[in-house]
Amino acid sequence: MNLRLAFSLAMASLWYRRKVLALVTLTLTLSITLLLGVQYLRTEVKQSFTNTISGTDLIVGARSGQLNLLLYTIFHIGDATNNIRWSTYQKLQDDQRINWLVPISLGDSYRGHRVVGTNEEFPKYFRYGRDQRPELQEGSWFSEVFEVVLGAQVARKHGHQLGDDIILSHGGGRTSFSNHKDTPFTVTGVLAPTGTPVDQAVYVSLEGLEAIHIGWESGVAIPGRTVTPEQALERDLTPDSITAALVGIERKVLTFQVQREINEFRDEPLSAVLPGVALSELWRIMGQFENALLGITGFVVVTSLIGLIAVLLTLQVQRRQEVAILRATGASPMLIATLHVIECVVLAVSACVIAVFAGAACISGLSPWLLETWGVQIGLRPLNGMEWLMIASVPFAAFVVGLIPALQAWRGSRKQGLGHVMPE
Amino acid sequence: MPDMTSKTDLPPDSSATTRQVLHLSNLTFHWDQTQAPLSYPDITLNTGEHLFVRGPSGSGKSTLLSLMGGLIVPASGTLSLLGTELTRLTSGQRDRFRADHMGVIFQQFNLVPYLTTLDNVMLPCRLSCKRRNRALPTPEKEAESLLTALGIPPVHWKRRVTGLSVGQQQRVAAARALTGGPELILADEPTSALDSDNRDRFIELLLGLAAEKHSSVVFVSHDQSLAGLFDYQLSLEVTQ
Repeated sequence: MNLRLAFSLAMASLWYRRKVLALVTLTLTLSITLLLGVQYLRTEVKQSFTNTISGTDLIVGARSGQLNLLLYTIFHIGDATNNIRWSTYQKLQDDQRINWLVPISLGDSYRGHRVVGTNEEFPKYFRYGRDQRPELQEGSWFSEVFEVVLGAQVARKHGHQLGDDIILSHGGGRTSFSNHKDTPFTVTGVLAPTGTPVDQAVYVSLEGLEAIHIGWESGVAIPGRTVTPEQALERDLTPDSITAALVGIERKVLTFQVQREINEFRDEPLSAVLPGVALSELWRIMGQFENALLGITGFVVVTSLIGLIAVLLTLQVQRRQEVAILRATGASPMLIATLHVIECVVLAVSACVIAVFAGAACISGLSPWLLETWGVQIGLRPLNGMEWLMIASVPFAAFVVGLIPALQAWRGSRKQGLGHVMPE
Repeated sequence: MPDMTSKTDLPPDSSATTRQVLHLSNLTFHWDQTQAPLSYPDITLNTGEHLFVRGPSGSGKSTLLSLMGGLIVPASGTLSLLGTELTRLTSGQRDRFRADHMGVIFQQFNLVPYLTTLDNVMLPCRLSCKRRNRALPTPEKEAESLLTALGIPPVHWKRRVTGLSVGQQQRVAAARALTGGPELILADEPTSALDSDNRDRFIELLLGLAAEKHSSVVFVSHDQSLAGLFDYQLSLEVTQ
């Protein structure tokens, strides 16, 4: 059989019917873009998730589930169940097996962004991605009580410069009515973008947090008991408690031993979790939704393939004349059937090609917005094996469903005489 | 012959000097079991001889052409083309045979709408090596000279056929049927959509070019006035 002839006829026929077929190809393209986009994003988001924290061996907080602890310390989602005492923190510091400790104190916010109370250990030991440290884009890490370092997105969103004064709010939430307005903080540094929740946070010293809460012991400012910044500095600003601590273990083999001991700590109930384990648990839960989403997009592709076949079957009625001519000229029913399959596959392949380019354009167009609004860093990368497999499956599926009109054409053209062909 | 009569002066059954293009004997066909079979008179046609077939609707004219074209197989009888017994071939072999040795012209809508005029004419050369090799000097040159002979202006050659008039379309179809010099041309009422001027011009050109290529034409028509242009005529009738 003459494949070259079939191919050139199929291409001419597709071009002739381009107006009708452009629409179904568009539908198919959109659905493939969706499918590919979902698959691409879930790989990227997973990467982004696992990039959130690295180098930390244990996260220590008040007794709670590992997911909860991970979510509020690292992702700044949800709230701590309880605090841990400063004395506990000091005991951990004295432990020989523990190499470093980063204290984390949460509870306040700045225009919806979490305020993280910590110390100079944070820039020294906190790591994300592939062992990357949060770098300062400009300025320096805080050294005074009323100094603040902003995450990249916080600075960009609110247009803050070094030297700006900002007022923190008590508690979380985007609009808080109780502001620590007596005690403004001065911006001394802005962090470089990391694509992690660090970009969305505001970093102050533990002492600073302590200072702004003098007179706020009952949860609101009691008039007469609050202090001016000058008065605060004269007080002892050692905190009573912190929310959590990130722990680095000197010898990694001791991690489980330390974890067990912390979990069995006598003075107060504590939890120590392995970030990697907690992340994979988080991912398992997220994975369910993702699989559902992927399943739905898969069905969208199937639906548009069915739409394509419906259009091709409808067109077939108009093609009786052309089939009669080809048959009379000596084309075999097989050639007629091949023509249909080729058309179907060519449409699918072109839809795939357009989808890849459309997807790439979407991602490069949306990635600044995604980083800005969601703090998710998604860049262009070569497609992985799974994604190629998905793309390849579309023309294959088109080939399979293309057999339906092909078979119909084959049967029809076998029975066809040399007679007149009337237009429909 | 139960339901059909022939009143023809058919060519003699054997011709020693010229090559036999077509030979039918005791041919019957039925579309389904409930209908009485159609049966055809014996026909023999030699190279370069033309046959005119007429008869009312339902007399089996188009069926006869489909049988000759090898698109359908007879219920009984022999049907031999160029010495090949068509009934013994598989459907694939019959398709190939048709591509190699036959040109076909329909009543109307003869052309593949998405191909150019030239591509339509050269279609048989792409489906058959034999036709391609006989299209001299090249398929394209031959197609161009046929189109010129048939009075299709060169501006239409590289354009899609949808811009052609009905008369032009039929002449392009004739060019396609003639390209590569097939031994047999089957024409199914090709002039019924044409006015009388166009019709006369069409027949004249078709028969003239067929003579050049040594092709035999089997021409089906209602139009008795054309019968005189053909060597033989066959009249099919419906009888109850």
